[in-house]
Amino acid sequence: MTSLHHLLRGLLRTLAVIVLCAGTAHAAKPDGLDLPEQYESRYRTLITELRCLVCQNEALSDSNAELAVDLRREIRGMLVAGKSDAQITEFLVARYGDFVLYNPPVKPTTLMLWYGPFALLALGVLIAVIIIRRRGHTAPTALDSKQQQQLQELLRQQDEDKNS
Amino acid sequence: MTRYLLPLGLFGALVALLFTGLYLNPREVPSPLIDKPAPEFTLPLLHEPEKTLSRQDLLGKVYLLNVWASWCVSCRDEQPVLMRLAQTKQVEMYGFNYKDQRDEALRWLQMFGDPFTASISDTDGRIGIDWGVYGVPETFLVDQHGIIRYKHIGPVSQADLDTILLPKLRALQGTSP
Amino acid sequence: MIPELGHFALILALCLALAQGILPLIGAQRGNLALMALARPAAQGQFVFIAVSFLCLTYSFIVNDFSVLYVASNSNTALPLEYRVSAVWGAHEGSLLLWACILSVWTLAVTVFSRSLPQVMIARVIAVMGLISVGFLLFMLVTSNPFDRLFPAALEGRDLNPLLQDPGLIFHPPMLYMGYVGFSVAFAFAIAALIGGHLDATWARWSRPWTVVSWACLTAGIALGSWWAYNELGWGGWWFWDPVENASFLPWLVGTALIHSLAVTEKRGAFKPWTVLLAIFAFSLSLLGTFLVRSGVLVSVHAFATDPGRGVFILAFLVIVIGSSLALYAWRAPTVKSGGSFSGFSRESLLLINNVILMVTAFSVLLGTLYPLILDALNLGKISVGPPYFASVFVPLMLPLAVLIGIGPLTRWKQDDASSVLRRAVPYLFTAIVVSLAALYTLTDHVSLLTGLSTVIGVWVIISAVRDLIARARKGQRLPRAFIGMSLAHFGVGMFILGVTLTGAYNIEKDLRMDVGTEVTIAGYTFTFDGVTEVQGPNYVASQGALHVTRDGKPIATLHPEKRTYRVQTMPMTDSAIDVGLFRDLYVSLGEPVDNGAWSVRVYYKPFIRWIWAGSLLMALGGLFAASDRRYFIAVRKREDVPNAAPARA
Repeated sequence: MTSLHHLLRGLLRTLAVIVLCAGTAHAAKPDGLDLPEQYESRYRTLITELRCLVCQNEALSDSNAELAVDLRREIRGMLVAGKSDAQITEFLVARYGDFVLYNPPVKPTTLMLWYGPFALLALGVLIAVIIIRRRGHTAPTALDSKQQQQLQELLRQQDEDKNS
Repeated sequence: MTRYLLPLGLFGALVALLFTGLYLNPREVPSPLIDKPAPEFTLPLLHEPEKTLSRQDLLGKVYLLNVWASWCVSCRDEQPVLMRLAQTKQVEMYGFNYKDQRDEALRWLQMFGDPFTASISDTDGRIGIDWGVYGVPETFLVDQHGIIRYKHIGPVSQADLDTILLPKLRALQGTSP
Repeated sequence: MIPELGHFALILALCLALAQGILPLIGAQRGNLALMALARPAAQGQFVFIAVSFLCLTYSFIVNDFSVLYVASNSNTALPLEYRVSAVWGAHEGSLLLWACILSVWTLAVTVFSRSLPQVMIARVIAVMGLISVGFLLFMLVTSNPFDRLFPAALEGRDLNPLLQDPGLIFHPPMLYMGYVGFSVAFAFAIAALIGGHLDATWARWSRPWTVVSWACLTAGIALGSWWAYNELGWGGWWFWDPVENASFLPWLVGTALIHSLAVTEKRGAFKPWTVLLAIFAFSLSLLGTFLVRSGVLVSVHAFATDPGRGVFILAFLVIVIGSSLALYAWRAPTVKSGGSFSGFSRESLLLINNVILMVTAFSVLLGTLYPLILDALNLGKISVGPPYFASVFVPLMLPLAVLIGIGPLTRWKQDDASSVLRRAVPYLFTAIVVSLAALYTLTDHVSLLTGLSTVIGVWVIISAVRDLIARARKGQRLPRAFIGMSLAHFGVGMFILGVTLTGAYNIEKDLRMDVGTEVTIAGYTFTFDGVTEVQGPNYVASQGALHVTRDGKPIATLHPEKRTYRVQTMPMTDSAIDVGLFRDLYVSLGEPVDNGAWSVRVYYKPFIRWIWAGSLLMALGGLFAASDRRYFIAVRKREDVPNAAPARA
C-alpha cells in the first residue's frame, strides 16, 4: 500500500468519525441531574479521567458528542447499580481499549512512561553531583601581572560607579 | 566528545518518530474485541420489529456486521461496494442500524440499496457500546464460532475489500467449522 | 489588488531574508565589513515588507474581501470589527504570517538595540534570524499562502469559529508568539557565539535581556491562553495538558532553566556549554511546537487544520535548523573553556539542581505528550496520556524545585556552608508552616497531606521572596532592578502554587436542575435562578439566564450566563458568567432547557483561582523589570570610556 493510499484512508476514516462528533462546543451539558449525591464525586472523577473517543482530545466530562452522552449515562447506571470504579473502567476498557483511559495503566509497555521521569531525575541529580564534585577540585588560575593591573583598574571603576 | 553528540542523536530519534507519525492516524481506536467472542445481543429486526435476532442465531457461519445509519454521510460511499459484495454471495451480511429512526432507515435502504440478509435496530446505541462502536460506518468480520476476527473502521472501499476483508474471509471459511 | 500586493511583499521579504541570512554570515567568516554591514538594512527592509504584507491581509479582513480564500474561510460580514482583525491569526496561514511578522519585529529590535556589540557578532546573529525567516516565508509561499484567491469570490464568509470570538484571541496568540519567536534571539546569539568561538560572560550579558523579555512574553502568553480557556470553555478548567498546551509549556520550562543558567554564566562564567545547549533547546521546542500544532501527528482541540504535506515541510525545516545547530554544538562545545569553579554547596550547585529538575520536567511533559505516538509507531497499541499522568509526574518534580527557590537566594556564590544556610532558613520555614496551617484551618475543615504540603511550600516561596528583598534593603545595599524583578517573579511563583493548590482542593461544583426561584447554596453563597430570556447579539442569538447571588442576605452579584447559537457556524456555545474576586470566583454556566422553563445549570465556587493568573502576571512583570536593569545599558558607556580594557575573554 502506498503512503498516499494510507494517507487517504486515514482521512476517510477521520471523516467518518467526525460525523459523530457534532458540536465540539466544550462544556458538556450538565446531564446526570438525577444522580444521587453519594455518587457525585466518584462520577465526576470518573468522567474527567475517561476519554471521549470521538472528540479531539476531550474528557467525557467536557464533551457533548452523542457517544459521550451515552457513555456518561452508562456510567451513571453502573454507579447506581453498585459497581466499583475499577469495574466501570474495566467495562469501558474491554470495549474500547486502553485508549479510553486518560490515566494510562501501568503495563510493560508503559513502564518507561511512568518510571522514566524519576529514573531520569535520579540520573540527572547523579550527574550534577559528579560535576559539582569535579568542579570543587579545580584550583582557580592565578593572574599574571598585566591581568592584575587590569583587575585593579576594573575594581577602581566599579567603586566609582557605585559611588556615582 | 561523544557526550556532545548525544543531543543530536536524541534529536535524530525524535525526527524518525515524528516522520513515522505523519503517516499514522492518531484518532483511530483499535478494537480490543479482536479474537474475542462477539457480545451477546438480542435486537429487533429493522424490517419486522416483532421478530428479533440474537447472537445465537448467527453462529455456524462467517458473517459481516456492518454498522450504518441514515444520518451517516460516508455510509453512502460504501453502499455500492457492499451491494457488489452481496451479489457475489461470498458471505452473509447483516446490517446494524445504529441510533436511527426506523422510517428514515428504511427509506435510506430503499435509496441506496440493501445488501443485508437482515438489519437489526439498535436505537439507543446500547449494544453498539458493547461492540465498541464509536463511529459510523464500521464493519465487523465474525467467524462461525462467533469470534470477532476483524474490525474495519470507516467506509469499506473496493480496495479495502480486495486487500483485507476478502482474504481474511477466505481464510476463515477455509477452516473447518 | 491588495492581496496581490501582500503576496508580492512576501516574495520581496523572502529575497531580503535570503540576503540577510547568507551574506553577513559569509562576511563574518571572511572579515568582509561590507557584507557584514548588509545585515541591518536587510533586516529592516524585510520588516517593512512583512509589515506591508500583514497590513494587506488585515485590510482584506476589515473590508470583507471574500475573494481571498483565507478571509472567506474565517470571517463574515456580521463579525464584529475586533474579531475581523484578530481573525487574521485565527487559522493556519494567517498565524504563520503573524509568526513571520513578529520575527521581523524582534530582528528589527536587535538591529536597533545592539550598537555596542561587535560587528562580527551582530552580523551572525541577524543572519541566523534571517535564515529562520527564510524558512517561514518559504513555507508560506509554497504551502500556505494566506493570499490565495477564491474564484468565484464567496458572497459571504464562513465566519470565525465561535470559540475564537473572544477577547482571548486578540491577545493570546500575539503574546505567545512574542515569546516563542523571542527565543530565536537567544538561539541566534548562541549560534553566533558557537561559530565565532566567543562564548564568554559578555555574550551571556548580551543574551540575557533578550531572553528574559521573551520568557516574560511567553509566561504572559500561556497565562492568557489559560485564562481564556477558563472564561470561554464553560467547564471551569484552566489547563488540560493538551498536546498544544504542552507545546507552549515545553519552551517555557526550558526557557526558565535558560534564564537561570544565563545568570550563572554572566556572573560566574560557569555552565557555558549548558547555557548554549539550553538556548538551542528552547528555540527548538518553539519550532517543535509549530510542527505539532500543524502536522496532525497529535490530536488536539487547538490544532490547526491538519495536513501531512505541510507536516513534512516543517519537519524538514526542523531537521535543518535544529540538526545543524546541534551538530555545530557537538563540534564547538568541547572547545569552550568553562570558568568559575564552585564547591559542593553553593548557589551555582543549587542552580544546577534547579536546572536539572526543570529539564527533567520538560522531558517528562514531552514524553507524556509523545508517548501515544511512540507506542503507535512501534505497533504496541494505542493509549491516551492525559491530566492524571501529568499531574502525578509534575507535582512531585515541582515541589522540591519550589523549596529551592527559598534556599538559593540565601546561599552565597562559589561556596557556602550548608548547615548555616539551613539554619537561617528554618525560622522562615517555621513561619510558613504556621501561617499555612492557620489559614487552612480557618478556611476549611479537611486538609489532605498533599494540600498541606503544597500550601506550606507556596507560602514558603512568598515569604522567601519578601525576605530577600527586605534583607537586602536593610543592609543598605542597592536594589537593582534585576533583583527586584527576581523577587517579584518568585513571589508570583508562590502565588501560582497557592492558587493551583487551593482551587484544586477546595473548589465546589454543582450540576442541578433549576426552576425560576430555585436556590442553591455553596460555600456560603446563595444562587437564585431568575429564568431565561432570549437576546440578540451582533452575529448570534442567545438564551440568557439570570442568577442573583447573595451572601448572608447581602447582594453580591447578578450573573448572566448565555447559551449562544451563532448564525453562520450554528454549533451551540456556552458563555459562562463569572463573578471575579481576589479570593474566589463564582462561576455559572447554562446547560440545557429541561422542562417548564427549568434549566440544568452548573454552579462553581472556585477559591483563589485568580492567584493562578495574578501569579503568572507577576512572573512576567518580574521578568520585564529585571530585563530593564541599568547595567545592560551602562555597559555601552563603560566600553567607550575605557579603550584599554580588554573585553572579557573565555
